[in-house]
Amino acid sequence: MAKLAVTEPVNGKPNEKTTMGQKIKEFAVDFWRQRELQSMIIPGIIFMIIFCYIPIYGLTIAFKSYTVIDTLDSAPWVGLENFKIIMSDQYFWDAVVNTLAISFLKLGIGFIIPIILAIMIYELSFTRMKKFVQTVSYLPHFLSWIVLGGMMINWFSTTGLFNQILLDLGIISKGQNILLDPGKYWWIATLSDIWKEAGWGTILYLAIMAKIDPTYYEAAKIDGASRIRQIWNITLPNMRSIISLNLILTVSGLLGSNLDQTLVLMNSQNRETAEVINSYVYRMGLTQGDFSYATAVGLGVSIVSVILLVTANKVTSKLNDNQSVL
Amino acid sequence: MNRKAIREDLNSRVFNAFNITLLVIITLVIIIPLWNVIISSLSSGQALAEGGFIFWSPEFSLENYRAVFQDDSIWQAFFISVSKTVLGVATHVFFCAMIGYALSKQNLRGRKLYVAMGVITMFFSGGMIPIYLLIKSLGLLNTFWVYIIPALFSYYDVVILMNFFRNVPDALEESAKIDGAGEWRIFLKIFIPLSMPAMATIALFNGVGQWNDFLTTKLYITDQALYPLQMKLYEIIVQSQTQSMQNASSAVIETTTKGVQLATIVITTLPIVVIYPLLQRYFISGIMMGAVKE
Repeated sequence: MAKLAVTEPVNGKPNEKTTMGQKIKEFAVDFWRQRELQSMIIPGIIFMIIFCYIPIYGLTIAFKSYTVIDTLDSAPWVGLENFKIIMSDQYFWDAVVNTLAISFLKLGIGFIIPIILAIMIYELSFTRMKKFVQTVSYLPHFLSWIVLGGMMINWFSTTGLFNQILLDLGIISKGQNILLDPGKYWWIATLSDIWKEAGWGTILYLAIMAKIDPTYYEAAKIDGASRIRQIWNITLPNMRSIISLNLILTVSGLLGSNLDQTLVLMNSQNRETAEVINSYVYRMGLTQGDFSYATAVGLGVSIVSVILLVTANKVTSKLNDNQSVL
Repeated sequence: MNRKAIREDLNSRVFNAFNITLLVIITLVIIIPLWNVIISSLSSGQALAEGGFIFWSPEFSLENYRAVFQDDSIWQAFFISVSKTVLGVATHVFFCAMIGYALSKQNLRGRKLYVAMGVITMFFSGGMIPIYLLIKSLGLLNTFWVYIIPALFSYYDVVILMNFFRNVPDALEESAKIDGAGEWRIFLKIFIPLSMPAMATIALFNGVGQWNDFLTTKLYITDQALYPLQMKLYEIIVQSQTQSMQNASSAVIETTTKGVQLATIVITTLPIVVIYPLLQRYFISGIMMGAVKE
């Protein structure tokens, strides 16, 4: 039968000096006593080392000149050479502009809409309708981008749904496929993302709102506060910390525009406005085989993302009475 | 006083009317396009070529579905999708639960280090190319296992399970220990059965993720025999796009691919829609577990 594997941590008595050797011995004894538990965790640690830490080490190829015949270690160092090339690469800067434009549109519109939608659902007094609206609004989240992309191609085709609605409403006189129009791609990417994710984004807000003490609203009602006033003075302040947490996470992901979305919606006509950093990395690295260069682009983006994360955290903690949300 | 109450009532009614109208519009904006896809997929080639319908097709036909089901590679893709989802979910949940169980023990030696290692993986990653090179050097390119092995672990899920395991009463574990059960037995016979709700949540999320995953195939698989439905659909979409751009006059080819495309979309999504009611029960509590306790 297996030994009892649970042990109290062996704390050295406060005044007793323990040598390094003793500590290691204690550790080893405890470790052996917990061998069953350790056998559960070690596969996970090995996994993390292989699939997370080795690729982090693999980022060094951004500073090397890696070709298919090299291994990670044999490739010669080139220092910042790859980064210098990036700086003068027009296609890279185009991708940066597109990524930022789409991300800021998503941030500006896509961040606020779930909050408004959640409040609207919360204010709805018919339980059945509430459930129905929620069920419907979550549904698009479960469609993959490939499926949604396929749907969009059909909706926006010249004889498709979108053009038909506009024709019926008399807004346009002839069908036009807006997916082939580079001038509209930023909006297509943004609005389709909102269509897909806005309902899903309300879940967390609704859960937080469900915890607001109803006596606040009663008191406000007695004071004669209108519904809008109640939302402004009670609902929103109660959601402040979760909103800032969400904002931080969104900001840190600004540069990581959705690759699935881009791969399915990008075509030869709208490429100039559709190419984002991620799809550029994909194209340079995996289709053209320039691994070092693509990694350098990816690394630069991660560094900027971490800076964005830290800055956003600082700013929101200032706004939230110096309480860090992360 | 009375007048004030009336005014407030009116104010509230206007608000309600406005709110309900807007929500009805939002709901329609989601439902109508989805309905249109279903109706279109059931339309004849003639109706698709002419287009111009929103709610109801002028001519129904099952020809699109017949064309899709006649293609053996769709069945193959369906089989790959199902098997990678089932196997992927089972191994992922078990692997994460095992690690979460060990980490839920506060007295685990080295726990601080393990947790720190896990947290780092949530914020830093090697990115697309280094991971691709790793997958390549492990010999996982163009194998079925590339769907399963790299997807085994997610620290986020480990944290959710760990928190759930912590709430299991200590007394249960102690009595099992007195009866001579080891950690593995306690984990398998007590914690797993008790944690079914948490595991089901993670299984459902992970299942949707596996079913919808397309990037793994796009990055690591070139062998058509290993394509899941999502990749098959992507190919059909890209194909029809290039065709319609190269040769705008070939209306026949275009409508056939359009029909096949639509039917494939519906088939690819069907399993998700079927399990959606089941999903919905779980995912709200699941999201809360992840967000609040982390």
